[in-house]
Amino acid sequence: MRPNSGAVLALSLFAGLAATGLARAEEAPQASPQACEVPAYLLNTESVLPKVTEAVKNGRPLTILVVGSRSSTIAASADSAYPAKLQAALKEKLPSIPINLSVELQPGKTAEETDATLVKLVEAKRPTLVIWQTGTVDAMRSVDPDDFRSAVDEGVAALQNAGADVVLVNLQYSPRTETMISAPPYLDSMRVVAQQHSVPLFDRFAIMRHWNDAGDFDLFSTFHGTDMAKRVHGCIGRALSKFVLDAARLDQAQQN
Amino acid sequence: MSSIADPVAGTTLSDSKAAATSAPAIALPVAGERELRLDLFRGMALWLIFVDHLPTNILTWFTIRNYGFSDATEIFIFISGYTAAFVYGRAMLQAGFVVATARIMRRVWQIYVAHVFLFTIFLAEISYVATRFENPLYSEEMGILDFLKQPDVTIVQALLLRFRPVNMDVLPLYIVLMLFLPIILWLMKWRADIALGLSVLLYALTWHFDWYLTAYPSGFWIFNPFCWQLLFVFGAWCALGGAARMSRILSSPVTMWICITYLLFAFFVTLTWHIPQLSFLMPKRLEQWMYPITKTDLDVLRFAHFLALAALTVRFLPKDWSGLKSPWLRPLILCGQHSLEIFCLGVFLAFAGHFVLAEVGGGAVTHALVSLAGILIMWGVAWVISWYKHSADKDASKNKRTGGNADMAGGSV
Repeated sequence: MRPNSGAVLALSLFAGLAATGLARAEEAPQASPQACEVPAYLLNTESVLPKVTEAVKNGRPLTILVVGSRSSTIAASADSAYPAKLQAALKEKLPSIPINLSVELQPGKTAEETDATLVKLVEAKRPTLVIWQTGTVDAMRSVDPDDFRSAVDEGVAALQNAGADVVLVNLQYSPRTETMISAPPYLDSMRVVAQQHSVPLFDRFAIMRHWNDAGDFDLFSTFHGTDMAKRVHGCIGRALSKFVLDAARLDQAQQN
Repeated sequence: MSSIADPVAGTTLSDSKAAATSAPAIALPVAGERELRLDLFRGMALWLIFVDHLPTNILTWFTIRNYGFSDATEIFIFISGYTAAFVYGRAMLQAGFVVATARIMRRVWQIYVAHVFLFTIFLAEISYVATRFENPLYSEEMGILDFLKQPDVTIVQALLLRFRPVNMDVLPLYIVLMLFLPIILWLMKWRADIALGLSVLLYALTWHFDWYLTAYPSGFWIFNPFCWQLLFVFGAWCALGGAARMSRILSSPVTMWICITYLLFAFFVTLTWHIPQLSFLMPKRLEQWMYPITKTDLDVLRFAHFLALAALTVRFLPKDWSGLKSPWLRPLILCGQHSLEIFCLGVFLAFAGHFVLAEVGGGAVTHALVSLAGILIMWGVAWVISWYKHSADKDASKNKRTGGNADMAGGSV
């Protein structure tokens, strides 16, 4: 049950629902091919980030910790990876507040292996918000999805207990390795955990697939340079900033 | 099933149900009768599996997994159990346990060879990808290709069915299920209900003790055979008279309404996956009880969903429905009649489709075209295979038919 824009569209029609977000998504590529617009439904979340909201409202600095595997960076140009882009976008939108962002890469570690270090990291850095990107390593090692789900579940619970807001980031959409890495069970598990803990889930997979389908990026490309990786990360960073502000219910307040 | 002989001529004998009900242990429908509904739905399952294996596109809307819990795999395994029991059950009654077992083992060997053949193609594809594709965006994901550095281990593990690339999980499951078919049939011949009971027991114990088969390099079998055997055995049980004995339950309006209610419920739940805005309608308690709906262990909710679908199908699509002979359904039925070949072709076409999309690129239209082309190829090949069996191999099959009809029919299981 991979969620997909096609099925969404069909189902919406089926249910007779007017989906304005989808309609916009269909038109986006014609307007500007490199705009990497994200349809609204992929950036809306029911869940909230109370600690982020509070920090921003009180003018306190926002400390963000990104925990992730290698897909949270670009080799040899970490400054162009999405965490740095997220920081830049947040600074732009919240000019009055210092944004401290640090990245803790856990290359090659499964969610369960990351669990062990999460609490220590939070105690050391005292972040307002932890952005936890996970799932890729588990999918590559075909960890039992049940084990993966309970590992993410425990990790999120530990982060919440330690007093941080949490945003989960799922796998990249990687069409070239689709015949080798089975993403759906891990995407589903993360969605379930996010629902159970009322944690916002940034659906990187669906967003990247949307860009690929809409023609913003050709993610099948065999292009060897880092140019495309940089552009994709730039777009992800910007989308993630919108997502965080939306989940913290800050977007309108700050921009008006 | 005398499939090869003449699928069209051996169509339907309208009501063998009544005859079958009277037989106590196992009842085999009359020889020469061909259940076109089975072919139709197996053909459909094959198309759906193919479409689900491709990157998502317009055609993916039409696959049933978007509208409920179960998907085409359930249909495929159930019908495989049904037809295997049908064919080899008769062989066991007529020729005895040893001969039937020998024929089943030959079939297992064919499926195994088919699996290894597909693995070879897969290996060729990804080796190509590994040498050509170096997008830094995916440096992490490309790590999956590291296994190519140890072909000695990988290939041996593949031959042992422990290393299975994505989308190549159905055949190993099928092989294991077929390996145990002699015992299943032997038990069924003795007491069909006890065989089914044991199967349910194994399913329950597997859930309780969390049994599974490990895979290489890590992980487990995507389709847990200890769980999926339930569908296969249930299919066999239905073929050997169970379906006939259930006919009263199946035709009751209560059953119908339970099925419709459940299917609507499942449809609504799936809707909340696709349209997250609706998820607030789902009670938290229900979510906690229900999720995750595991495919690996054939969740009860999935099994029930399949049962509901099957019950409604049997009710509203009678055996002698004239539409089954319509030329419009012919492609599906043809594919269903040569399921092993078409299944393998489907897996290969899915690889090929990925590859074409990767090389050519292109948007939604190309995606849909690739899916359509694949389905047309499956139809064409099914037609060629049936042409071979009817025309090209006519003499050979006449000679063989005297020897063992069941085994040849097994060629279409």
